[in-house]
Amino acid sequence: MAKIVIDGKTYEVNPANNLLQECLSQGLDLPYFCWHPCMGSVGACRQCAVKQFRNAEDTKGALVMACMTPANDGAIISIEDPQAQKFRAQVIESLMISHPHDCPVCEEGGECHLQDMTQMSGHNYRRYDKKKVTHNNQYLGPFINHEMNRCITCYRCVRFYDDYAGGTDLSAQASHHHVYFGRHEEGVLESEFSGNLVEVCPTGVFTDKVFSEHYSRKWDLQTAPSVCVGCAVGCNTTPGERYGSLRRIVNRYNSEVNGYFLCDRGRFGFEFVNSDERIREAQHVVNGSSSPLTDAQVKSVFAELKSAQAIGIGSPRASNEANYALRCLVGEENFYAGMSAAEFDCVQLHIQLARDPAFHIPSVREIEQADAVLILGEDVTNVAPRIALALRQSVRNKAKELAAACKIPQWQDAAVRELAQRQNSPLCVLSPYATRLDDIASDCVIDSYAVLTNVAYAIASAIAPAAPEAKPARERAELVQRVAAQLLSARRPLIIAGSSGGAVMLRAAANIAKALQGSRHSPVDLCILAQEVNSVGLGMLAGSGQNLSAALARIARGAESRAIVLENDLFLRAEHGAVAAAIDKLEQLVVVDHIATATTQRADYLVPSTAFSEHEATYINYEGRAQLSYQVNRCHSQAQPAWRWLHTQSDMHVANLVDRCAAEAAGFAGLQAVLPDTSQFIAGMKIPRQSHRYSGRTAMKANLNVHEPKQAVDTESPMAFSMEGIPSQKNASILGAAWAPQWNSNQSISKFQAEVNGELKQGSVGALLLQKQAASGGFFSHDLLARPASNDGLQLAIAYQIFGSDELSARSPAIRERMTAPYISLSPADARSRGLAQGDEVAIADTKFTATVCIRSRMQDGTAALYCGANEIDQFSLPTQVELSKTGFNSARGMRGLIVSDLHEEGY
Amino acid sequence: MNSEVIASNAKRPRKLSTEEIAEIEHELTLYPDKRAVGLEALKIVQKHQGWVSDESLLAISKYLDISPSDLEGVATFFNLVYRQPVGRNVMLFCNSVSCWIMGCEGIKQHIKDKLEIEFGETSADGDFTLIPVPCLGDCDRAPVMMVGSDLHRNLTPEKINKIILDYRNK
Amino acid sequence: MVTKPLTKNIDMSRPPLDFRAYVAAAGYQSMRVIAKGMTPADVLQMVKDSGLKGRGGAGFPTGLKWSFVPMGTGAEQQKYLVVNADEMEPGTFKDRLLMEGDPHLLIEGMLIAAYTIQASKAYIFLRGEYFVAEKALQKAIDEAYAGGMLGNNILGTGFNLDIVLHTSAGRYICGEETALLNALEGKRANPRAKPPFPQVSGLWGKPTIVNNVETLCNLPGILTYGIDWYHSLTKGSDHGTKLCGVSGKVKTPGCWELPLGTPIRELLEDYAGGMRDGLKLRGFLPGGGSTDFLLPEHLDLTLDYDVIGKAGSRLATGTMIILDDHTCPVGMVGNLMKFFAHESCGFCTPCRDGLPWVDEIFNDFENGHGSEKDLAILHDHVEYLGPSRTFCALAPGATAPLGSGLRHFREDFERHIKEKRCTYK
Ligand SMILES: Cc1cc2nc3c(=O)[nH]c(=O)nc-3n(C[C@H](O)[C@H](O)[C@H](O)COP(=O)(O)O)c2cc1C
Ligand code: SF4
Ligand code: FES
Repeated sequence: MAKIVIDGKTYEVNPANNLLQECLSQGLDLPYFCWHPCMGSVGACRQCAVKQFRNAEDTKGALVMACMTPANDGAIISIEDPQAQKFRAQVIESLMISHPHDCPVCEEGGECHLQDMTQMSGHNYRRYDKKKVTHNNQYLGPFINHEMNRCITCYRCVRFYDDYAGGTDLSAQASHHHVYFGRHEEGVLESEFSGNLVEVCPTGVFTDKVFSEHYSRKWDLQTAPSVCVGCAVGCNTTPGERYGSLRRIVNRYNSEVNGYFLCDRGRFGFEFVNSDERIREAQHVVNGSSSPLTDAQVKSVFAELKSAQAIGIGSPRASNEANYALRCLVGEENFYAGMSAAEFDCVQLHIQLARDPAFHIPSVREIEQADAVLILGEDVTNVAPRIALALRQSVRNKAKELAAACKIPQWQDAAVRELAQRQNSPLCVLSPYATRLDDIASDCVIDSYAVLTNVAYAIASAIAPAAPEAKPARERAELVQRVAAQLLSARRPLIIAGSSGGAVMLRAAANIAKALQGSRHSPVDLCILAQEVNSVGLGMLAGSGQNLSAALARIARGAESRAIVLENDLFLRAEHGAVAAAIDKLEQLVVVDHIATATTQRADYLVPSTAFSEHEATYINYEGRAQLSYQVNRCHSQAQPAWRWLHTQSDMHVANLVDRCAAEAAGFAGLQAVLPDTSQFIAGMKIPRQSHRYSGRTAMKANLNVHEPKQAVDTESPMAFSMEGIPSQKNASILGAAWAPQWNSNQSISKFQAEVNGELKQGSVGALLLQKQAASGGFFSHDLLARPASNDGLQLAIAYQIFGSDELSARSPAIRERMTAPYISLSPADARSRGLAQGDEVAIADTKFTATVCIRSRMQDGTAALYCGANEIDQFSLPTQVELSKTGFNSARGMRGLIVSDLHEEGY
Repeated sequence: MNSEVIASNAKRPRKLSTEEIAEIEHELTLYPDKRAVGLEALKIVQKHQGWVSDESLLAISKYLDISPSDLEGVATFFNLVYRQPVGRNVMLFCNSVSCWIMGCEGIKQHIKDKLEIEFGETSADGDFTLIPVPCLGDCDRAPVMMVGSDLHRNLTPEKINKIILDYRNK
Repeated sequence: MVTKPLTKNIDMSRPPLDFRAYVAAAGYQSMRVIAKGMTPADVLQMVKDSGLKGRGGAGFPTGLKWSFVPMGTGAEQQKYLVVNADEMEPGTFKDRLLMEGDPHLLIEGMLIAAYTIQASKAYIFLRGEYFVAEKALQKAIDEAYAGGMLGNNILGTGFNLDIVLHTSAGRYICGEETALLNALEGKRANPRAKPPFPQVSGLWGKPTIVNNVETLCNLPGILTYGIDWYHSLTKGSDHGTKLCGVSGKVKTPGCWELPLGTPIRELLEDYAGGMRDGLKLRGFLPGGGSTDFLLPEHLDLTLDYDVIGKAGSRLATGTMIILDDHTCPVGMVGNLMKFFAHESCGFCTPCRDGLPWVDEIFNDFENGHGSEKDLAILHDHVEYLGPSRTFCALAPGATAPLGSGLRHFREDFERHIKEKRCTYK
């Protein structure tokens, strides 16, 4: 700790930080643009100038940029100094000379950091009366609008997109006051994190195109704290609603999980909520014709099922409450996890490992601390994108280490990068195909899972001789030794695996971590990725062996004739034929879901549930972190939260259900910690979901009725569907949209943090449920995948796509624009020997499926990676080895939108 | 991560000539990092092609594995990388302070009248492109300009006439 | 006794001395002195003692700059020497003379500098438009390799040096030493933050010294003839000789090597022949476009860093630009502002967005649209673009002629406003 004086007052600060960050941490208002808490300082905008005095006698002082000056002990500075104030006013005046002042039509208006800083810096009247510089805009794809005239050249966009997120197709161009930020030519922004530009840009250059389609001012949106349902990371989000439709999603800060950034699936994939495919009313379907059901009729259907022996199939995309309510309804022995057997095995192993004191499942923030990483068979960017972004930060620990040795502060962003050049901490990727992290990888092994598993076991045994021995192929022996050595010498090594490589690979990962643990006597970071938002929660609720195959088998045996399927399309989780056959056997299939699927089409009773933004619920992420997601808006249809249909007790509230689940369901103790502490509410007032500027409330339904409708009353949560109430002043976790006086943009979040980039005041990072249990035994025994007996056919791996592999987001129009048709990746040699060319359409032998050929220079001969599209190919029906035959050339369907780093180009 | 969205309408890289490749390869031996050679490669291509077309830029991008956007950012930063076609001769006309004092404005006007072009433009016959350049470091013989790699000093309208004629006849 | 160590070999009527002739003229003697047993630390001490100050503009003591390079076994072994041969400062034409006239002198200077910091690789960052210098330097480099003065184990010292001649793609900011490093790395030439200084983390993150051509050309004499000789050169308080140029409407503009401490009047009247007939001196920029105007009353000042500093300007590059009484001072400053506005790298706000505004205002003055309001805005910008407010020294350089011009030629600005035209046209 250091003591510094700011405008005559003494403050305790962290000398490792710069003055700007410390001023903001102290709650002081100091304007800035180019600095970002996660990206450090570059000193470009000059907006954060303060006066610094050499000592108490120095009355003259000198201007310094707060962001470029360390908060050294004894520093004396002034924010209010007239010269500093004047300079800051000049800077903003300067920044605004070519700004179009188009706030009324600008989508950033009302949450614009530039507006805020202009006010704060005291620039009111435009003196500049010369010609403004203007620019052309570019088409940047379905997610992002480009309006360059608004640019103030703070360089944040490229610093985020390129330096932080590893993008390569956005750059600063030209020079002097013509600097331009764009692609080298128009086209889709390739980074999976492009949406963050919307929030990183302090003004309206990069805005949310999906939001534009049905734009509303920030203050007119009804918002609540929510959790992304796109994958198992569980990023915190703030969705905004108006007129009953969800308009956009922005990041909601959580120091442990997503920090300041989301991926594009999470940000732009929410529109299934507004989809025409939503199920809006309960139906009874008899011989293909459906008749509506009243709420009471639905209730009685479930009441009946409670007494009958019915099978309940839960869902990894449904909340804990919904799954728990279903389990209560059908009884534990009849409750099945709606996951394939292989997937469920992985989830159960995942939970077991998380409880093992030998391992620690790191949070996203902790992943950023890793200084040596090994990824086992997982395509992190496409499966858990936010973690891929964290890994990009982890490899920079090498640079930070070097900088520390040269006494360069960590926040001196450009200097740290310059010093380290391309030196990264080690990151090794074992994967069946080249992934989007390969550019930062020190080693990549691209091969079949059989080989990869062997390599993984070999690494474990290279680290600890006690681990089951595995011999890598000769050409990999050196790599195995190198990776083992890197992990051993790391300060904080990290092993990442998931279900893509199956339980075998997970066990190998556990062995490596255990081998490392033996030498360090502390838990080793083992990051296990799950597939869906609540895979872990569902895994905890379902008993061992209670997977979908078991359920289908039981139905097929004819043991049970009724089943309830909760928010789950079974056709995505097991071989189509088996699912269809089982359903045929049933006398009664009740499906609760919010969106039409192949399964809902087979329902006898179809019951509409609410989507994530329409109910309050908890989900458990890959770490075992339970998080509460609030309801944003009411759903104006018959839909109800699934748990409300399923739970027989009528006066149930989410909070009661959470309490009960915590008390009754094994492993859920502690869940109630995520519920808000209502005692902090001022005078028992609720927290409004609408801002105090929410407009048009009396008029918004005037086409229907000129009387202003009574605002819906939320009896369940501490939040209100109205603008009345008292906004949370300190606790951002129960604040719809962060806002503080003078800070209308997302940057207001610093007012809610204990310190900049630190935890939110009053915690609220969720509750970690997977308590450690007694230490497990030794190593897993060595169960390598069998290598194929013959060399005919290609060993098949399944490939994932951030846009497409997730069922729900794939329904959003913008995401659809980025989706590709099924494709199969092959090595050049395998393509050549089969007479296949880039873009050819091929049939997969012994199946009815076709895919487009994608020849990739880094594929291993004899292997293929197939992307199944949005369930266009039934992956459960595929053999492990495939052969291909050409059916035609179809470049239009082709691979449009596919982004791969190693596309093979003939003749280049 | 030099990847690209596969799109059918995108421009394709042209093939670099063997001379260009040889020179780029030579530059690669001089710098410890290939990123440094990106700018050199732009200059090499320009030397051979007269300017840097999109297709050339993409070719360099592929050859050196530097993203096209990065290269574009560099190419557009510097004064002497031409991202638009230029005439057979580039006139780098010094309009900095010493030349200004010595009357370069009049000379500039004379050139503009003769060739009927403004700064940044190419004469209709494709012979000359006129580009302003910062101080050429020959201020004791102002006004000065360069045509190609030749320096012309103590310019007068008569000298300009002759220079134009000479290059046209070359 | 050598009195003009920088230009003694230069005769622009013939090609520069080749390796053999250069050696015959006592060239590369300094390396022989070193080879007799001087350690890098000895050389450093000598350069410190010489009192040599950088000739690139800032006048920073050269020995002191070198001493910041971390030496010894624990330090980063790969170090770089970079020659700043980007000469783009308006009105500056001195490095061109040295490189076209005596390229081996620069190479010899580089050897000394590289030896001192034990850099095995040096880059000459040469202005792209300097084709003649490029040819001369490349020829000299090739000859020096052939003559054993470059390459491995030079003169049996165990010291290796490779020199790469790099030509710039053109931009004034590349002369700023950290921007230059980015340009050499093939990046956009935005300057870098200091600290860390290039001496610690420079080219590709390695310790790097950047020196001006003329600075390096001072070194061979110092090593060959010794400190006492070097100290005997000056007429004033700073040591050595300096290339001094005069451009503008004088009778014989040119560039000469003069002892520091020479009176400005001597340079202007004796060397440059005085003002052209019928013209009077109104003022001058003593060291290129980034220096403050001095007035006729300053003619008797001597060419010394401190003397000119005390008068409110800078010796900087030592190349004077003369303003006569028939040339519009508003136009002259306006010309400089256009230059600076265009050459701003676009990184920091005051420079990027402030200078174009200043430029627009000068355009208005030129076209008779100048106003009192705009004059006030110009005054605002003198402070706004000043030192420590911008990221590098480009914009503060621009404020030198701007601020002093506004001060000294106020009536001209006012006349432009009142008469709504440029009164010199
Ligand atoms: C905008 C700007 C342009 C510069 N241009 C040059 C230049 O062309 N040549 C040069 O030697 N120094 C130039 N300098 C000074 C260099 O940054 C640096 O101080 C110099 O190369 C150091 O060499 P010295 O110590 O030998 O003088 C420039 C500085 C600035 C701020
Ligand atoms: S003062 Fe700023 S914008 Fe100007 S050249 Fe320096 S860094 Fe670039
Ligand atoms: S925030 Fe400090 S200079 Fe931009």
